[in-house]
Amino acid sequence: MGMDIAINGDNAVALAWKQINPDVCAAYPITPQTIIVEKFAEYVANGEVDTEFVCVESEHSALTLCTTSASAGARTFTATASQGLAYMWEMVPITASMRVPLIMAVANRTVSGPININNDHGDVMSVRDCGWIQLFSENVQQAYDNSIIAPRIAEHHDVQLPCMVNLDGFILTHAIERMTMVDTADVKSFVGEHKPLYPLLDVKHPISHGNMDGPDFYYPHKYQTVMAMDNALKVAEEVFEEFYQLTGRRYNLVDEYMCDDADIVVVILGSSYGTMKATVDLLREEGIKVGCCMPHVYRPWPEAAMAKIMNGKKSVVVFDKHLGIGSYGPLFPEVVTAAVDLEEVPKMYNVIYGLGGADATVAGFKGILEDVAEGKAEKMTYLGVRL
Amino acid sequence: MTTLALKDLIIKPERLASGHRLCAGCAESILAKQILLGTDDEVVVTASTGCFEVSTTIFPYTSWNTPYIHTAFGNGAATCAGVETAYAALKKQGKIRENIKFVNFAGDGATYDIGLQALSGAMERGHKMMYVCLNNEAYMNTGIQRSSATSLGASTTTSWAGSLAPGKKEFPKDMTEIMAAHNIPYVAQVSPHNWRDTVTKAQKGFNADGPSFINCISPCPRGWRFPSDETIAIAKLAVETCVWPLYEVVDGKYVLTGESARIASGKVEKKPVLDWINSQGRFKHLLQDRWEPVVESIQDQIDKKWNRLVKLSEMDL
Repeated sequence: MGMDIAINGDNAVALAWKQINPDVCAAYPITPQTIIVEKFAEYVANGEVDTEFVCVESEHSALTLCTTSASAGARTFTATASQGLAYMWEMVPITASMRVPLIMAVANRTVSGPININNDHGDVMSVRDCGWIQLFSENVQQAYDNSIIAPRIAEHHDVQLPCMVNLDGFILTHAIERMTMVDTADVKSFVGEHKPLYPLLDVKHPISHGNMDGPDFYYPHKYQTVMAMDNALKVAEEVFEEFYQLTGRRYNLVDEYMCDDADIVVVILGSSYGTMKATVDLLREEGIKVGCCMPHVYRPWPEAAMAKIMNGKKSVVVFDKHLGIGSYGPLFPEVVTAAVDLEEVPKMYNVIYGLGGADATVAGFKGILEDVAEGKAEKMTYLGVRL
Repeated sequence: MTTLALKDLIIKPERLASGHRLCAGCAESILAKQILLGTDDEVVVTASTGCFEVSTTIFPYTSWNTPYIHTAFGNGAATCAGVETAYAALKKQGKIRENIKFVNFAGDGATYDIGLQALSGAMERGHKMMYVCLNNEAYMNTGIQRSSATSLGASTTTSWAGSLAPGKKEFPKDMTEIMAAHNIPYVAQVSPHNWRDTVTKAQKGFNADGPSFINCISPCPRGWRFPSDETIAIAKLAVETCVWPLYEVVDGKYVLTGESARIASGKVEKKPVLDWINSQGRFKHLLQDRWEPVVESIQDQIDKKWNRLVKLSEMDL
């Protein structure tokens, strides 16, 4: 077994990358992701990896260079956050449509404006429908583990899609936690040799990538991406099982805590899942039967697993660390949709919280869940907002 | 490398097949063919969005008999750099044995305007790739809108010649000079009429130890308003009037080539810019008396730039 170390989330991601030793890495600095590329550049400078490392002049070029590098047949990693992801946006759906298993760490930070460097999920929610697999991390350990798991799902020949590993900015990227490493030899054998499909650099079999589609082909090509994304659900479960066998750490499409006998189930993403677990413990002491869950795999959307958890519950409370101005938070309608085929649809609530780094505390979570238990909560709450 | 005898060139495999969907008289496929004759190594072609990209890769067809990749409009240099980086990584590991060259083809909009940042970045980083600008002096793929490569006085669909305006009001950006200022090993300007000059420069670009940039004048019958059988004659006129001098910058040293070298040495007389203006419908309004000062300013600008170029070519490094 690997040893326990104290490390922050960004360095943990860089450590996983070092152990994997990708062929190519290109990235552009942006808070709170920067530590990842700084650390990785140090590994490059000291010959601890033999990755071709490219300091590009923008995130648009970062994702472009990584996409075509992956198309060429190289195992390719990058990282970004916030405005960087926004600047990449044009390339995000192109990467997915080119079906390359590129891995990108996203150090979740809100998007301007106003400009703000702190954590929420505004950056990654803007690309949720672009065809990338998305994994969320509760803590530093998971940011590290997800970085090792991601290539296995993305590179699977039934999937062949890019994958984002999300870790909350500052809360995980900069905070030092205790974490158990996986031995490098185990990481290498778990991740395995990269076997790209139709690599561009197979010059004996020249092919064209990124052709123009008319309506006859655009729609079916998009549908093929849908099928690949569906396949990723099964593949993710298989890879999680293998990872459990290797490390003893079990992940699920939807991770859950105290949901079995709960009346109220909370759905929440990222580091706040840990905060919510502590809240559940306190509410249980008060006799309120609450549980919580986190879609560890957010894309593909694990609808069946979500529905199973919600079955027979009185209330479901969806916490969104982003907002849809003029509508609900992005997670809420998806959870509602997963619930509509249940025999009895639970009462559904949406809580917007933690925007731009606003406090996400046990006390705040506890208060709103007590309101839900007492039937006093509104359908939608902007938790903790002060005007 | 084989010689530049036509009998040798003509038997080389064609990397860009016939049957693409470029307009009749378009210079882009002529230029691409000449550029790709510049190496016998394997070549990966990348393209920025534009006429050339759209016309050669309409799914389920492709005109490319060599690996090809396109991603978007403003990132052709990064698209090419990504493949070149993967090559460097896999070659180092012994997973690839072939020697492969990398070239990106892009229009002037993709080069002078939206892709300038990505291009500058790739050149500064020293990727071993060639970037070829097929400069037809406007956004032709979207229907003849002005770019920063468009000539002063050209009428386009966003810089109309009208009762108040003589067409585009600004001189074009000098992209070749911007690239030379990146201190890359090889920069050149070419024209499709002088195939020997173009293939020779492509050879030098492909063999450069680092990035190279080749800027090609690419007459567009549709956008410039001339008959589609005059493409090569128009290209030649661009050089003869010094609107588009043929030259190269080799490790910082400026060298005039082809007709431009002969004009500089006094063997051939430089033609007046009015010949150039007369040859194309996009300039026809400039023949009105009221726009005479515009024609004079174009001639003045071309003279200044030409004189500067001749002086640069005379400098010892």
